[in-house]
Amino acid sequence: MGLIWDGIGQAFWLLFTGDPEIWAVTWLSLKISGGATLLSLLLGIPIGIFLALTQFPGRSITVALINTGMGLPPVVVGLFVSIFLWRSGPLGLLELLYTPTAMVIAQLVIAFPIVAGLTMAAFQTLNPNLSLQLLGIGASRSQLLWLLCKEARLPLLAAVMAGFGGVISEVGASMMVGGNIRGQTRVLTTATVLETGKGNFEIAIALGLILLILTFAVNFLLTHIQQREQLRWPKPS
Amino acid sequence: MAAKTNRGALLAALTFLLPVPLDLRAAEPAKNTILSTTTSTQDSGLLDLLVPLFEKKTGYRVKTISVGTGQALALAAKGEADVALVHAPSLEKKYLADGKLLNRRLVMYNDFMIVGPGADPAKVKAAKRSLEALKLIAGSGTRFVSRGDNSGTHNLEKSLWRQAGIEPRGAWYIESGQGMGATLGIANDRNAYTITDRATYLAFRKRLALGILLERDKPLLNIYSVMEVNPANGPRINVVGGKAFADFMVAPQTQAVIKGFGVEKYGQPLFVPVAGKREEEIGG
Repeated sequence: MGLIWDGIGQAFWLLFTGDPEIWAVTWLSLKISGGATLLSLLLGIPIGIFLALTQFPGRSITVALINTGMGLPPVVVGLFVSIFLWRSGPLGLLELLYTPTAMVIAQLVIAFPIVAGLTMAAFQTLNPNLSLQLLGIGASRSQLLWLLCKEARLPLLAAVMAGFGGVISEVGASMMVGGNIRGQTRVLTTATVLETGKGNFEIAIALGLILLILTFAVNFLLTHIQQREQLRWPKPS
Repeated sequence: MAAKTNRGALLAALTFLLPVPLDLRAAEPAKNTILSTTTSTQDSGLLDLLVPLFEKKTGYRVKTISVGTGQALALAAKGEADVALVHAPSLEKKYLADGKLLNRRLVMYNDFMIVGPGADPAKVKAAKRSLEALKLIAGSGTRFVSRGDNSGTHNLEKSLWRQAGIEPRGAWYIESGQGMGATLGIANDRNAYTITDRATYLAFRKRLALGILLERDKPLLNIYSVMEVNPANGPRINVVGGKAFADFMVAPQTQAVIKGFGVEKYGQPLFVPVAGKREEEIGG
């Protein structure tokens, strides 16, 4: 028990004394996972919408694949991304392994199916008559998509949170493709593993707490946006 | 619920996720040197001291990949690293014989110890030699935790069992598959014996009830060497950078730094520098 209090104490000490290495690690975690989440939105939302609103041969297998992908084990993603990025691998020419970019790629692979799958689910819960009505009052195709997105924004924000939560907390892929290099690719999760391995449990607890605080802050912000909109929703008469 | 607030909210959410700069790629690749090494060099903190010295001296940027010795050697043999710093002489010699790794040079050693519960049910403390100790543990069927991860430590342990003529198997033989720190933790909780390097044991000492039962036996020496990667192993190997790091590790100034490392924190040095010596001349 004393250990946990020591860890909590150390966490606040590290945060408030502005330990530059801790801040750098925290900032890098946010950049990498934020970047990966953003890219996963750019890819996942259109694909999710497409899957929700269209019919094509092979659709059900695609949906099943996306749904399976929502639970992709990060270590497996890490392994495959590593193999692709190895010097001897198909993308070796880019020399990306052990860089933050490689971590963004791996996290994108993890977050994309989550965002695509939840987007699809969000759009499928919309009333199909809504599109017909909107088209009926003369909405253009792009206006239609925008209005549907607005309609589905609560579950869409949930998709953002789930995607971000999935990547900020994963360690397996980041460790493998990033290499946990000090000052280059060390993020909160890999640093926690390292400090635990070193026997510096207080620092490991502190890093874990910082990670929780960071995740909480991001989710609090997103939840705030989500729920504020919820309250302004007019009551049905 | 004006459309404006909606868009504003969405934009706020997006801009929050935006701080991804485009310079995520590391500096010029040619200046990168990939060092594949073992967790023990990293966990002891030695590399945190040496790598910046090397970077300052040569201008290279080192990417230190700390994994088990088995993986460290495999990565180097595939040409995924430029230089290897590891501690598994028997395994290293195989890679040298295959021509995958070149120019093995001894850097330093520390030592392993057999640790176990204070009550010492297998009476290991009475043993003088490590092989004798292992026979006592196996003979009494007392729990023993193995790293089981093909690391340098695991390889040393396997070679000791082989020399003792024992095939460790059964409920008493636990394979953790984890690093040394985690393995010590398991041994501590399960009242088991294990083999550990001194540096990790010292780092974890205050949380362990395990005592040192046998130490300073020659087979327990833990010898680290540095090896360069054969440029034929694959594309894009930074041969010059790898050699520069290997040369740095055996240079007199570096060896002096190694000699003093750990004294401040643990009251004793963690590694003994041995550059230029042959394996037969070490320890005893």
